[in-house]
Amino acid sequence: MDLWQFLFLLADAVPSAIRLTVPLLFAALAGLFAERSGVFDIGLEGKMLAAAFAAAAVAHVTLSPLAGLACAIVVSVLLALLHGFASITHRGNQIVSGVAINFIASGLTATLAIAWFKKGPQTPQLPGEARFGEIAWPFPDLTGDLPVIGWLMSRVLFGHNVLTYVAFLAVPLTWWIIYRTRFGLRLRAVGENPAAVDTAGVSVAFLRYRALVCTGVLCGFAGTYLSIAQSSLFVQDMTAGKGYIALAALIFAKWRPVPVMFACLLFGFLDAVSIRMQGMPVPLIGEVPAQVFMALPYVLTVILLAGFIGKAIPPKAGGVPYTKER
Amino acid sequence: MTAAPGILPPAIEFVGIDKRFGAVHANRDINLKVESGSIHGIIGENGAGKSTLMSILYGFYQADSGEIRIGGRPVTIRGSEAAIAAGIGMVHQHFMLVENFSVLENVMLGAEGGLMLGPGRAKARAELKRLERDYALEVDPDALIEDLPVGLQQRVEILKALFRGADILILDEPTGVLTPSEADHLFRILKVLKAQGKTIVLITHKLREIMAITDAVSVMRRGEMVATRRTADTTVEELAELMVGRRVLLRVDKRPAAPGPVRLGVKGLTVRDGRGVTMVDDVSFDVRAGEIVGIAGVAGNGQSELLEAIAGIRRAVSGEVEVSGVPTGVCGGADPARLRAMSLAHVPEDRHHMGLVLPFEENENAILGYHDDPAIGRGPFLSIDAIRTSARAKIEKYDIRPPDCRLKTANFSGGNQQKIVLSREIERDPDVLLVGQPTRGVDIGAIEFIHRRLVEMRDAGKAILLVSVELDEIRALADRILVMFDGRLVGEAGPETGEQALGLMMAGIDPATEAAS
Repeated sequence: MDLWQFLFLLADAVPSAIRLTVPLLFAALAGLFAERSGVFDIGLEGKMLAAAFAAAAVAHVTLSPLAGLACAIVVSVLLALLHGFASITHRGNQIVSGVAINFIASGLTATLAIAWFKKGPQTPQLPGEARFGEIAWPFPDLTGDLPVIGWLMSRVLFGHNVLTYVAFLAVPLTWWIIYRTRFGLRLRAVGENPAAVDTAGVSVAFLRYRALVCTGVLCGFAGTYLSIAQSSLFVQDMTAGKGYIALAALIFAKWRPVPVMFACLLFGFLDAVSIRMQGMPVPLIGEVPAQVFMALPYVLTVILLAGFIGKAIPPKAGGVPYTKER
Repeated sequence: MTAAPGILPPAIEFVGIDKRFGAVHANRDINLKVESGSIHGIIGENGAGKSTLMSILYGFYQADSGEIRIGGRPVTIRGSEAAIAAGIGMVHQHFMLVENFSVLENVMLGAEGGLMLGPGRAKARAELKRLERDYALEVDPDALIEDLPVGLQQRVEILKALFRGADILILDEPTGVLTPSEADHLFRILKVLKAQGKTIVLITHKLREIMAITDAVSVMRRGEMVATRRTADTTVEELAELMVGRRVLLRVDKRPAAPGPVRLGVKGLTVRDGRGVTMVDDVSFDVRAGEIVGIAGVAGNGQSELLEAIAGIRRAVSGEVEVSGVPTGVCGGADPARLRAMSLAHVPEDRHHMGLVLPFEENENAILGYHDDPAIGRGPFLSIDAIRTSARAKIEKYDIRPPDCRLKTANFSGGNQQKIVLSREIERDPDVLLVGQPTRGVDIGAIEFIHRRLVEMRDAGKAILLVSVELDEIRALADRILVMFDGRLVGEAGPETGEQALGLMMAGIDPATEAAS
């Protein structure tokens, strides 16, 4: 394979990279709200999975993707509040609570799917109207023949479902909330020094609960995307570790919204390329196992954490339940 | 008991405040009036209940019974928000600041003035300007907290309170982290605030500060308010006696030192920290048998690193340390076990992290680091009986309370924990003793005991290196004082040197930096 072919392959991977980025982006922004408020959330995975199941099940019954989305958000927010109840109200270990939520989601979704739909641990295939469909480039005739523009319009900027645009719009929205609003200021403060927030007369617990609600909403979108936008049914453990990759992206982006987007795009791109690179030689290097690309996000994150690419300083109060002490 | 009533109702009035934490009776029937527009000091030993009382006032805790009146009106304070609304501002001992926020953001936090930050920020900036003008509280609103020296961080805390419209300002141990000149500056600010009609409550254990700045002073002991005096009508001796409940010697009685041969020699020691910053820069000095050498300096000027390097906990970059003429291998090879074998003992600065394992029983901590001693075990086995017997002996000799060697170490008070560490290190009869902050968080009674014990060690011909940020302690104990600034020894002084001269040296002598801080 020569260099041109390789570049073409990379360009060809872009649309699929965008699709793979979306759930990561939702989940990573979800994690950003939680962790910036000082609550570690290893349970992104579980919330996404529960949301994916809820969306598919409700969309199957109502044939409405919006009803699916709404229900997914409710389920995900409830799980987020459960995490809050354990780790904020009762000051439990946040990692343990998150892992528990992952187990609950994994087991419960499969069990409920078997019990309700009798087709094994999955939901029935959804018809087109029950899914979020793609939005096509309205003027394919104008650009059809132009090599780069045509590809850009019909495959990169268009040809995605509506949730994809929501995901990318959520980035500036998150940035604005975090850096431009009162809630954002307090959120950042409570993740660094909750005692400062408390002595300023603001409730630490209420603030963290609200942050977790934001997390739940975004995880609801992530799960919905997986089951009724990207695919057309829920299958067992369909999140496949995306919640953890999102956490890696969050660390890689040092807990900042815009870099989170780029980190997710990088990780999504590597994922898309790894699928295309099965058995293909890389120019100048030769054939590499596809797993190398799949492992790259994690390798990069570990290198970052080891301090080779700048320094990732997490919110100082992260993982520590707040107790008034004297 | 209280001062004559003025025309204004008292700014704060506590009526029968009572508070228990389980078995601990933290506040017993506290009655106190703080006159409006005055500076009122509250002193007491650690655990006397000063902080609990102020926490009740600031809404951290609720009193079990009793009433608080602000400006004559009874108030219920269920949280910080209510305290702020009642016009109370608090400057905590550990600053309640977000380190990676700017000064402006910290001041605004909780009082942003709207859902969006933009408009409130402009208003807050203008308000800061006004406060700066009225109270001489200069600080750059856009500076990040982590870049500011502690003196300025404290100023931000005061600004926070004023920004929220506080009429009553509570300061909890405000000078613990300040240089003498920074403390003086703080007192000037407090006087300006008082002149503008603010009421100030100063919590401290430093009698000198009480005498210097307060109008009235209340003394707490074991949860009770034992006395309130006009400052002009009382003396340091009387206050100390009220605090402890018996006469205390504020000065350490000691004979002139009779220095013998050099026991600890430090030559050209240079130490860098984890970030590669030079913390100790080419430091050389000797400590002789039978003398106490004190290292003075504001916290963070390399004293901790110096002590850790000599103790073999931190590796030095260059230089040498000799114990009785034998090099310890301070740049590699030195470790605490080897140094103990060379008859050097170390009482670390931070007893909680380095001196003790808090969840352990007292007797287990009493042998920490000396497990290989044949007196308490054979090979891999420890003799529990021998350990407890020796622990009981030390408890008696050092008057450690409660006298229970099976008690969890975390349940001892700060002073008794420190005695556990001291007894462990001193009873080994070392030739050289390194002591860091021996009386930090220790009450006056125990301070007296620890100081006496150190002087006895000296008189027995031991070499003692004392590192402390308490200037009074250094001046009381040391036969020679070395002043450290920015990693270097900037001067040597005798114990009779005035506090001001030492303070200047601790600030790096340069009067220009002095004025800027």
